[in-house]
Amino acid sequence: MIRHRVRLVQALLAVLAVALVPASELGAQGKGTIKIATQSPLSGGQAALGEGIKLGAQLALEQLRGNLTKQGFKVELVPFDDQAKPDVGVANAKNIIADKDILVVIGHLNSGVAIPSSEVYKEVDLPMISPANTNEKITDRGYPSVNRVCGRDDVQGPVGAEFAAQTLKVKSVYVVHDKTTYGQGVAEAFKAEAEKKGVKVVAFEGTEEKSNFDPIITPIKAKNPDLVYFGGIYDQGGPFFKQAREKGVKAKFLGPDGLDSSDLVKIGGKTLVGLYYTTAAAPSTSPQAKKFGDDFKKKFGKNPEPYASESYVATAIALKAIESTVAGGKAPTRATVAAAIRKVKYAGMTGTIEFDDKGDPKKASYYVMQVTSDNPEKWGENKEAKRLAIAAPPLKK
Amino acid sequence: MGMDFDLLVRIFPEVLLDGIILGFMYALIALGYTMVYGVLEFINFAHSEIFIAGAFVGVEILLGLQARGLLDGFPWPFVLLLALMAGMAASGLLAVTVERIAYRPLRGAPRLIPLISAIGVSFFLQDLIRLVESLWRNAFNLVYPSIDALNLRLELTETMDVSVKSLVVIVSALLMLWALHLIVNRTKVGTAIRAVAEDQAAASLMGIDVNRIISLTFLIGGAMGGAAGVLFGVQYGLINPYSGFIPGLKAFTAAVLGGIGNIPGAMVGGLVLGLLEAFAASYLSLLTGGAFGAEYKDIFAFSALILILIFRPKGLLGEVVRERA
Repeated sequence: MIRHRVRLVQALLAVLAVALVPASELGAQGKGTIKIATQSPLSGGQAALGEGIKLGAQLALEQLRGNLTKQGFKVELVPFDDQAKPDVGVANAKNIIADKDILVVIGHLNSGVAIPSSEVYKEVDLPMISPANTNEKITDRGYPSVNRVCGRDDVQGPVGAEFAAQTLKVKSVYVVHDKTTYGQGVAEAFKAEAEKKGVKVVAFEGTEEKSNFDPIITPIKAKNPDLVYFGGIYDQGGPFFKQAREKGVKAKFLGPDGLDSSDLVKIGGKTLVGLYYTTAAAPSTSPQAKKFGDDFKKKFGKNPEPYASESYVATAIALKAIESTVAGGKAPTRATVAAAIRKVKYAGMTGTIEFDDKGDPKKASYYVMQVTSDNPEKWGENKEAKRLAIAAPPLKK
Repeated sequence: MGMDFDLLVRIFPEVLLDGIILGFMYALIALGYTMVYGVLEFINFAHSEIFIAGAFVGVEILLGLQARGLLDGFPWPFVLLLALMAGMAASGLLAVTVERIAYRPLRGAPRLIPLISAIGVSFFLQDLIRLVESLWRNAFNLVYPSIDALNLRLELTETMDVSVKSLVVIVSALLMLWALHLIVNRTKVGTAIRAVAEDQAAASLMGIDVNRIISLTFLIGGAMGGAAGVLFGVQYGLINPYSGFIPGLKAFTAAVLGGIGNIPGAMVGGLVLGLLEAFAASYLSLLTGGAFGAEYKDIFAFSALILILIFRPKGLLGEVVRERA
């Protein structure tokens, strides 16, 4: 009886083993499989943004993989869910480096997840191109395999501060942030530059609150600053600014690119018309960005979330780098792809992107935008209040 | 520093009001925890999702009316009542279903088992709501359509005003507390509920259908949660499938603070916690010159909670009033 069972188990294991062998290895006529992984939160509170990153990459892959498939490669997307948690991101990263077919990672959404995960990718020279991580540390570690297509908080924050001091001419500012690596980072950079420019920072507050901002707003109202700066994402910034306006705060509002989502006015409606935000994403009025928006909507039935276009661009750069390194019909190594990424020059909807020796875009454009309508459909028509092309700061040593 | 002290005094009434409104919101949610605990001595951790499910049904009603252009056509109390009824019905039924599927089969099991089951249900419902909403609306965050009459602010003093929706929260909380009190203490059903709370075996020997009474308890507790959900949505505007978790946890804390199982205790606990939180968030940074900011509000509120529970382990009203819902 026992022996029977052992045999049964063996048979089952054999069946499983066959079933688990990747399809690519069974049908070996092709040149092999090239995989691009995405890592972003697909569940949890920021799933909407993480899903945007996945879908942006998917759209790019489907539109642009033609050259590689013509050469006989199977090009696939492997989405991972990092749940916006550093430990999950690192665990996924270990699975990712174990799959030899994965040549590039597009991710993450959260700087706090990207930093530890990229330590794992770096071990095997697996290139990462980040669509959304603006924290300085991402590239300041100087890893040859880590890149980003977006701007940096230590530039974006000061861009906001310069705008506040010189264009808005505010005298005092109240700074609130969401306590994340991203939100607090950009808020600190904003604060430092604002103080340098002679704007008085009356308070610097962090909060994880999502719904009820009353007790935070009451002191703001009492201190009556000229400007309120919020370092964080729209799902928190939207209710915060809305409740502040409703409670009678008269100040101007400003925030970073985390506010760059049509959902912001869906949440805040009329109260948020006039709000300013800095962003490194080109206004979606450009024809390329408009085409992307249309394609995205047609394929997935919804408007792209912020960073979806950056994810598209990052994936396009990855594919271009892979194409340039496919030599003699053989899939390249991760290290050669990583080196090739640094040589790519890509003109896309977010401007022309070329990486410097840290992996930052050589020259990133930063925009200050102003919300002009409470209609979410008209988010793309927000007014450009200021435009600056700024090189990433050199590594401080 | 002098200016800061001035400021402290000046904003005091407004912070007090902020705390009271927040406190009533916690109290509304806490009623569901306390109701179920009173009868079963069991913490229904899924109550936070039953609560947010009500908020989702409410927003669907309002969005449905808006899509048909009817939102501004009806007087706002009618619209609000409609959303409230729908939210209450949905959450009540959901609570009964959860009890039937996930708790009743475990009723004889050791205490921890249904508790773990409740935590599981909580996670399950979060992602179920997310699944349904993404299939149905293709959206993650849902926004309550704003009703102008509810956003209207009534001036109390020169610097202080209160919105109609905040008043609605306070009035509803008081009405619900009163209604619950009447049901539990003045009706035959209430007597049965109290009997089951006292001793299930004896109640069953007296001819009380214990299962039905427990279902009914979940129905009432769930409906209260649903109403709280709709009011939460109206008050704060933005909900997502995970929005229920933190307020749920705070409300549960409020219920413990007031003396879990005790209905007026939920109200008192909610108010105390709301006030602690509001004062901590507004004052910490001013009092410490920015060294401790609003982010410490929960630490402060929960430290106070620990202190209170050291001296009154059964909560503020836990021993004074012997009635158990």
